[in-house]
Amino acid sequence: MSKGVALGEPLVDHDVVERVIGAALRHGGDFAEVFAEDRKGTSAGFDDGRVEEVSTGRDRGAGVRVVVGETTGYAHTADLSESGLLAAAEAASTVARGRGGSRVVSLDSGSSPAKLSPGNRAPGKRAPGKRAPGGAGEELSGAAVAGALVDPSTVPKVRKVELLQIADEVARSAGGAVVQVSAGYADTTRRVLVASSEGAFAADTSVRTRFSVSVVASGDTGMQTGYETVARSVGFELFDAESVEEVASQAARRALAKLSARPAPSGELPVVLASGSGGILFHEACGHGLEADHILKDASVFAGRLGEQVASPLVTLVDDGTLGGEWGSFAVDDEGRPAARNVLIENGVLTSYMWDLLRARKDGRSSSGNGRRQSYRHLPMVRMTNTFLLGGEGDPDDIVASTARGVYVAKLGGGQVNTATGDFVFGTTEAYLIENGRITEALRDANLIGNGPEILERVDAVAGDFSMTPGTCGKDGQSVPVGCGQPTLRVSAVTIGGTAGE
Amino acid sequence: MSELAGSGSRHGDLAGSGSRHGDLVEVAIGIASMAGGGEQVEAFVARGVETEVRAYQGQVEHFSSAASAGVGVRVVKDGRQGFAYAGSLEDDVIAGVLAEARDNAAFATPDEHVALGVPDGVAAAAVEVWDESLGSWPTDAKVEMALEVERAARAADSRVRQVSSADYEDASVEAAIATSTGIAASSRRTVCHVSVSVIAGEGDDSHSGVGFSVGRGPHALDPDRAVADALERATRLIGGTKARSGQVTVVFDPRVTSTLLGVLASSLSGEAVTKGRSLFAGRVGEEVAAPEVTLVDDPTDSRAYGAARYDAEGLASRSNALIERGSLRGFVFDTISAHRAGTVSTASAVRGGYASTPVASCRALALAPGTLDAAGVLKSVGDGIYVQSITGVHSGVNPVSGDFSVGAEGLVIRGGELAEPVREVTVASTIQRMLMGIVAIGSDVEWLPGVAAGQTIAIEAMTLSGT
Repeated sequence: MSKGVALGEPLVDHDVVERVIGAALRHGGDFAEVFAEDRKGTSAGFDDGRVEEVSTGRDRGAGVRVVVGETTGYAHTADLSESGLLAAAEAASTVARGRGGSRVVSLDSGSSPAKLSPGNRAPGKRAPGKRAPGGAGEELSGAAVAGALVDPSTVPKVRKVELLQIADEVARSAGGAVVQVSAGYADTTRRVLVASSEGAFAADTSVRTRFSVSVVASGDTGMQTGYETVARSVGFELFDAESVEEVASQAARRALAKLSARPAPSGELPVVLASGSGGILFHEACGHGLEADHILKDASVFAGRLGEQVASPLVTLVDDGTLGGEWGSFAVDDEGRPAARNVLIENGVLTSYMWDLLRARKDGRSSSGNGRRQSYRHLPMVRMTNTFLLGGEGDPDDIVASTARGVYVAKLGGGQVNTATGDFVFGTTEAYLIENGRITEALRDANLIGNGPEILERVDAVAGDFSMTPGTCGKDGQSVPVGCGQPTLRVSAVTIGGTAGE
Repeated sequence: MSELAGSGSRHGDLAGSGSRHGDLVEVAIGIASMAGGGEQVEAFVARGVETEVRAYQGQVEHFSSAASAGVGVRVVKDGRQGFAYAGSLEDDVIAGVLAEARDNAAFATPDEHVALGVPDGVAAAAVEVWDESLGSWPTDAKVEMALEVERAARAADSRVRQVSSADYEDASVEAAIATSTGIAASSRRTVCHVSVSVIAGEGDDSHSGVGFSVGRGPHALDPDRAVADALERATRLIGGTKARSGQVTVVFDPRVTSTLLGVLASSLSGEAVTKGRSLFAGRVGEEVAAPEVTLVDDPTDSRAYGAARYDAEGLASRSNALIERGSLRGFVFDTISAHRAGTVSTASAVRGGYASTPVASCRALALAPGTLDAAGVLKSVGDGIYVQSITGVHSGVNPVSGDFSVGAEGLVIRGGELAEPVREVTVASTIQRMLMGIVAIGSDVEWLPGVAAGQTIAIEAMTLSGT
């Protein structure tokens, strides 16, 4: 692409940023911030036996935020020139008009919380000796990606396309019932710069790579689908650690298994979630409810409950944006704050909420590194990073063996929560019946429904295994990459939304 | 959602509509004219302005205003398609995007069906989705509307515990498309939106309700109705409990019906059908729904949120009958999926903006209205469950297999009347059985944001999971 900016060159000059922040506060205001972003990426799609399309894109721009009292003004522009940024600053500062006053702004890069040169991010490299989140000495899902970042933009497009062709061949070879395969590859390189009137000045480059396969199988009972994805905050070296053959055969296996599936039960049953089945249970059951924006508006069932026992003592829930290479990880958040590890629930006791800068200011504390935004076109808000339940002591097989009748969930789809009531749903994409302590018949897809605080109390077994799954979290119209993780665990009773009477 | 799905003047009628609009068509034609020998080039250029205001506790929580622009270029050569985009309309950026799209085309598998749209002689209908008054509506009035809605919702009922959001939003989008195959079209649309989310409760019991009003301009908005709707939805759930599991007749309110039709839309896409990814594949002419069901996609109806004079490949929008009296009539196609199916485009290409390529999709689905109003539908059902909102549509509804399972909240229907509230239940079936099980369609057609209108419908024999 033209106008390529060499890595290392700042997105916006320091002096320019300083003048823009000054202009943003010219009409008064308590806080101003410039967020500049340059995102480029390549994607390739394979469907119906063909490479359908290779696509490349570039989006660049900046957003200026001005806070006056309880009010935030925001404006964004795709024009990163000084005049473009000053125009955005002027628009954002209109909220401050009439309040008068001016202040001199100095950006102190020396006190920056995290000033990282693009290269030293080394996504994927895990600090030696770092405790695995499983707590029982287990590694994270996927082998640690060794070695340096392989910048995806240096990898020939033909290699990306070849991965798709391999996935198609492998999935189709899984059985004659496989009637359709699609596969997608995508990489994104995102450079950001955040600077504020409070002295924050941070820059970061993050690289993410994702590969997914979707399979349709057809049989006497109709069609079924299977899906699998790998996604990490790493470059093309993702494929040193992850095998596209494995992704493809998992997706095909899921679709084929469901051809003989019976309808899921209807009613309340114990549910065993396999390690890495999605972890979305906790993301929905309590993760969103622990975001400070909901808490401060008293729009969460967890508001005012710090220090209380809100879950079974087996539950220790962590949100950690520092996990090397995980899908929800980053060096600094979109407000310039370093990623952090925050223990939200410890042995069932609610210990903390997640905070962004504005919500933290209101509460007289500092941000927990959870201020994120989809792009420069969006205001930051409180978001999760990698949210996971720590592993316990139990053996996953014992958990199944001690369940007389229930549902074993091997893979979850998405979910949704109403934070005000705590009611949430999550869907299965691979599930089985448990009968007399044994996994038996495959079940068709269904949603499960529960209430966050109730479900957390019903966690009655947690194993020592652990794994993470990548996902995309949507909130208030913005999507961000997140990780979810959990060991094998059991919830003593969940309402299963199938069609088969019990 | 289609960004081009907006109407506007045909290229050439643009005098007086502002030079910026004219510029877009010229930009698009300029790019398309760079096509080399044996190559087709399509340029899609779009520009938008948006405002968003959120009120909280009598103050503006945030005010956001933004302008954005971008270009997406498709190149087809020897049956191979390449695509590139950028969020800028600067000349050197555009040149780079075209070069990238050309480069990308080399990696696709040759496919005889791949081609850009060509003019098909269908005249564009008069579709009015641009409200000139939005441009001159003062910012203060937008702010005041958000503040007033928040104030009204807070004061309306002593059981209101929180107004978690009260928003005013608007957008004006202009887009143009030109191809080296002879397409040149432009469109523009405005949309205004006011919405409010309240939490109401008694004791330990809290419930939320969202109300909104949507129109092309500020004068079409009804903020009082948005507030009343949010309040009714939150307060009538107070005291709700799980219902007993079993087979029930379910009545869906118009908003839920609109969501359900949106799911159906993905199964009616010619792209999904030709790739064997639709439960309707190979079933044209078969009875797929109850005889009362007639479903039409008509983006020339200006009342529809997705109405547009042209589709995202620059063909004039037209009405397409999909299901007639229960019988499957056909699907919606863009150019490539139509070629694959051996037919012609139904002018149903949509794109998510300049950063994506067109796909075939419904834009303005609506069920032919029945004769009963909402109360009449409840009476005709007698006993069942009224569902006012559903959750987990993306995780619990599979448009390929037809498996359907969603979280639901609403009210028991007893003796044809709404009775006690119900929460934390699921309703499940398959899309195939649900279509055959439609026993009543309301006359209360309501045009809602998204790809489909809503109205009250009743479906028998669904499985409710509760206690």
